[in-house]
This record gives sequence, structure tokens and C-alpha cells, in this order.
Amino acid sequence: MAQSTNFKSKYQVNEQGYYGQFGGAYIPEMLHPNIEELQQKYLEIIYDEAFQHEFHALLKDYVGRPTPLYFAKRLSEKFNTQIYLKREDLCHTGAHKVNNTIGQILLAKRLGKTRIIAETGAGQHGVATATVCALMNLPCVVYMGEVDIQRQAPNVKRMQMLGAEVRPATSGSKTLKDATNEAMRDWIANPTDTHYIIGSVVGPHPFPDMVARFQSVISEEMKQQLKEKTGNENPNYVVACVGGGSNAAGAFYHFLDNEAVQLVAVEAAGHGVHSGMSAATTQLGRIGVLHSSKTLFMQTEDGQVIEPHSISAGLDYPGIGPIHANLFDTQRATFLSATDTEALQAVQLLARTEGIIPALESAHAIAVLDRIGAKPTDVVVVNLSGRGDKDLDTYIRELQ
Amino acid sequence: MTNRIKELFQKKEKNILSVFCTAGFPELNSIVPILVELQNNGVDMVEIGMPFSDPTADGPVIQYSNTIAINNGMMLKTLFEQLKSIRSQINIPLVLMGYFNPVYQYGIDNFLKDAQACGIDGIIIPDLPMYEYETMYQSTFEAHQLQNIFLVTPQTSEARIRKIDALTDAFIYVVSSNAITGGTSNIQENQERYFQYIKSLNLKNPTLIGFGIKDKSTFETACKYANGAIIGTAFINAIDKSSNLTKDISQFIRNIKTV
Ligand SMILES: Cc1ncc(COP(=O)(O)O)c(C=O)c1O
Repeated sequence: MAQSTNFKSKYQVNEQGYYGQFGGAYIPEMLHPNIEELQQKYLEIIYDEAFQHEFHALLKDYVGRPTPLYFAKRLSEKFNTQIYLKREDLCHTGAHKVNNTIGQILLAKRLGKTRIIAETGAGQHGVATATVCALMNLPCVVYMGEVDIQRQAPNVKRMQMLGAEVRPATSGSKTLKDATNEAMRDWIANPTDTHYIIGSVVGPHPFPDMVARFQSVISEEMKQQLKEKTGNENPNYVVACVGGGSNAAGAFYHFLDNEAVQLVAVEAAGHGVHSGMSAATTQLGRIGVLHSSKTLFMQTEDGQVIEPHSISAGLDYPGIGPIHANLFDTQRATFLSATDTEALQAVQLLARTEGIIPALESAHAIAVLDRIGAKPTDVVVVNLSGRGDKDLDTYIRELQ
Repeated sequence: MTNRIKELFQKKEKNILSVFCTAGFPELNSIVPILVELQNNGVDMVEIGMPFSDPTADGPVIQYSNTIAINNGMMLKTLFEQLKSIRSQINIPLVLMGYFNPVYQYGIDNFLKDAQACGIDGIIIPDLPMYEYETMYQSTFEAHQLQNIFLVTPQTSEARIRKIDALTDAFIYVVSSNAITGGTSNIQENQERYFQYIKSLNLKNPTLIGFGIKDKSTFETACKYANGAIIGTAFINAIDKSSNLTKDISQFIRNIKTV
């Protein structure tokens, strides 16, 4: 992770914590000291030499990085272009989420925190947090919507095996946004001993930037691997799914300022963008303040948050992180969407053509490959953010 | 025009009782009759809650009142409609309290204009931080002669408390502990030490203590250290499913106020 305290890029956060008009820290006073401490210290802590050493050693020996960049031959033939899969699904715990939790647990230790909380949707971030808490011997509470506890049952058991307490969020849609609310409430009540490991590029500044930096290892490796495999470190396209947007932020990070690289973000369209059962934020959302950040999210005329829908728990979130709101607003990234059905078809396709069963979230990125307009010689990197083990129940039910 | 909040604290320095109630709860049209009952029973000020779907600083009871209010169809424009001629009946200070997003969607300028037109005296937006207030919105608040009221918590540094004291000219909302609304325990010794500390700062603004104030005993303890206190969750519980607001409100207030 190369240090970049250079705030000059128009796609990076500025010193006030904004990406263009998006971002900031709209926090209640109760959280002010915690957020201020993080804002003042995060860069200094994470670019400290000893921190970097420990972070990279764990990424290598514990997470299993670098993850492979795999040329998907049969998939490439099918779409008549050159497709590479960035295999985040091969990370320890099964998704990219662990890159961030390793970074944040090391940060929490340096801040002297003794208790960890997190929110989770698909359970991948919860598992990744429970994992690093076991590793560092810190108590861990994970908030998870009641609906998600049902549909991602294996991950609930994994968190419990790892020693975490899983607390159900029972308000609202009982999914990721409500789990996030509960985690914020916990932090308000436990501001001094607790660190909140947010799982995506959402929340008050500096979380979006901090999470993006921890995930940026994805595009850093992509560049080296592309250089080795194709002779050119820059692809024509990078494609990633967007829930809050952490895997996409990591996959885009080192290409943000190279406008020749087309960035494609894929949102969950649920039953269809205009079905009333969707999570396609950029198409349905407006600017507002949710989870302490000024960003795009789905809301009523009166500013009430609209409950999203996606078959994939990790994309079932009404907003996107401020970095992505800005990429959309500036048209730096193209935003596409895939429905529940298209995602399931993509799962089947990847399983049969490449022998890889992806997570439902990641399948959304596969599902748009026929629509990005790639030419036969173009190099397309798809960030395969996670593996499908957690979704097997859904696959068995839906795909028989 | 003098501000009703300032006037209140000028004529009454102690035992000020402020009640928080979510607009649109329990029924869509409840807020006006509730204001009348609260005034009749000697409540000194009311904080009218503007409902939001995701109230992150609130516990289950106020979350519930927000959900009911939204399901009842309460919206900001409905609320302003309901409060349009409130000043013909109500002369105690009124404060609007709610999360930033609905206000932002309404448009800050429109919101402050309509609030001023209804005779609202102050605004509390817990998730609008001082930095954004100062850089973007302070002048609009001042143009509409509306006081922005800030929260301080046990975590707020003295320097920041002093800054807040300088920025406002109404009262300071002292959050009683590191907690969301709706705490059920009694006031602990460390909370009393914190109240004493706030008192010792000799701030220019009066102080009201809120969060966890729920009955006569907690109200009286808070009043030992501050000019008064704010009751929210306990009041919401008292009027939930009420079939006789007049009776239930009067009984609730009588149980709290000594005099
Ligand atoms: C495998 C996988 N991909 C993607 C996501 C979506 O999150 P983000 O948009 O932050 O990458 C999740 C979230 O749980 C996930 O588990």
C-alpha cells in the first residue's frame, strides 16, 4: 500500500472528509471524540512502518495474499473478450472483507481499544471481524439483521464458533442498514473502550477513506499481476459489485486517476430496478445523509430511508459509499445493475465454465459482462469478491 | 422579537420541565392536542420530534414512536400544516428536534422559514455537527431568528463545551450519560459528578439534562445540577395506546412535578 496523503486527486477524499459534495461526518455529539481521534490519527497510524510491516505480514501469511489473478479462458471465449478474475474469494474467510478487518484491528489495538463491534449483511464482514478478534484475543459483538440471520445461517454459526456474539437487529427491514444503526447505538453507549469496525466504505469520515485504503491492496496487486501477464499494468475495464462499495473501492483505487481504465460498478436490481424491490441506489437514490455520511441513497420525498431488496444480503443496502456517489456524479465510473435472476444465472455460468462457485454479491459483477461493450482484445478484470459457500442454501433452493 | 426560550429562563431558573414528543404519535393529528394538554399541566417547554426512519441515537421506544408516526403519514409539510396557527393557543417555547436528512430534503432555508412562520423558537438536529453548522447553515438560522441547540455529552471536551456555549443563545442540552435515549437505570454517582462538573463551568447558557430522565426522582436529581430536565421516552410510553390523552398526560405530569 503506497502512501498517498496527496489529496489532489479529484476522486479521493479531501481534507474536510468530502469526495466532491459527498462524505463528511454527520455524527451525533456522542461520537465526536471517537471520530475526531480517528480523523486525527488514522493516516499516521496506518502509514507507520511497524504497522505496515505487521499489516502486510498478516495479509501474506494469514490471509493468503497476493490472491491470484486468473485468466478465465472459457468465460473469455463466451463473452469474446479477455477476462481475468481477481480471486478475492480465495482470501481466508472467503471474501475481500478480511483485508479491512486486519487493518482495522491493528488500528484498534494502537488506539488502546479493548472491545470490537461490527455490523454485517451477508455475514462475511462479521466472520472476518470475528476472525481477527479471535486472532487478537479481543471480545467481539456483531450486529446482524434478523432477516440476514435466516438467509446466511452458516455464517452466523461461523461467527459463534470464532467466539463472537451475534446480536439480531430487529428494527426496520431487519437487514444491513438496521444492523448498522444498532452498531452505531452500541458505539454511542460504549465510546471509550470500543472500536467499531465498519465493513464497507460507508459511515462518517474517515471510515470510507480508511476502508478504501485497506482494500486498495486489491488494485495494487492487480497492476503487478497484469504487468506480468499482459505486459500492461492497466486493463481496459475493472468490474466490481457495489453494496456499500468496499471491494469496488479496492479494485478501482489505483486506477482512479487513469481515465483510460473504465470502471464499472454493479448494483443489485433485485426484482428489477423499478419493481419496488431493488437496491439500485444510483438509479433510485438522491443525495442525503445516511449513516453519518452525505451520499446517494434510496429515500422518500420526505427523506425517510426506503428499504431495499436484493437476494444477496451483502448488496441489500439502500445507499452507496460517498466515494462511489462521487464516481457516479462525475461519471468517472459506469453504474450498471443486475437482477436477482441474472445474478443466479451468473452463479451457474461461472460454476459450469470455470469451476468456481461465486458469492451472490460477486455474481452480480459477472452478470453484466455481456453489456459492458468490451472488444475481443480488451482486458477486463472482474473482482471476484467472495466465494459461494455461504449462499449454498439459496443455490440449492433456487437452482436445483 | 424576543425569544420565548430566553424569556422562560429569565423568569424561571429552576425545575424547568421540558417534554419531548414525536409528532404524528400516537395518531397523525395528536401533536396539537398534546401541546395543549402539556401547557395546561404546567410544562415549561416542548420538543416536537420530527420522525425519521433511522434514528441512530434513539432507543427502542422512540424508534417505535418514529415508525408509528411515519406509518401514520407524518411528514414535515404535514407537521408545519398542523402547527400553522399553534401560536393562537400555545405560548410556551417550542423546539423542533430531529435528524438531519428530512430537514435537508425539505431544504434548510424552507425548513427554517416555515418553522419561523409557525412560531418555533429553536431547533435541535443531533446529527448536524458544529463544523457543518458553522460553515454552511449558521447564517440561515440567524436570518430566521432560530436558535440552534447543541448537545454536550460526558465525552465532550471543555474546550468544545465552551465553543458550543458561545455559538448558541438558548440552552445547552446536557446528555446525561454515554447512551442512546430510553435508559432505564437510575442516576448513578458518576453521572452526578458529571452534572456537577458542567455546573461548575458557569456557562452563559442555561442547561437542561436529558436522556434517562423518566420520573420524579430522576427529574429532581437532574434539577439539583441544571436549570431543568427533558423527559422523552417515559412520556412516549405514557401516551402509547392512550384512550384518554387529557387524563393520561395530566397524571403523568402530576407524578413528576412537585409544585
Ligand atoms: C462477497 C461479498 N462481496 C461484496 C459485498 C458487498 O460489500 P462491498 O460493496 O462493501 O464490497 C459483500 C458484503 O457482504 C460480500 O460478502
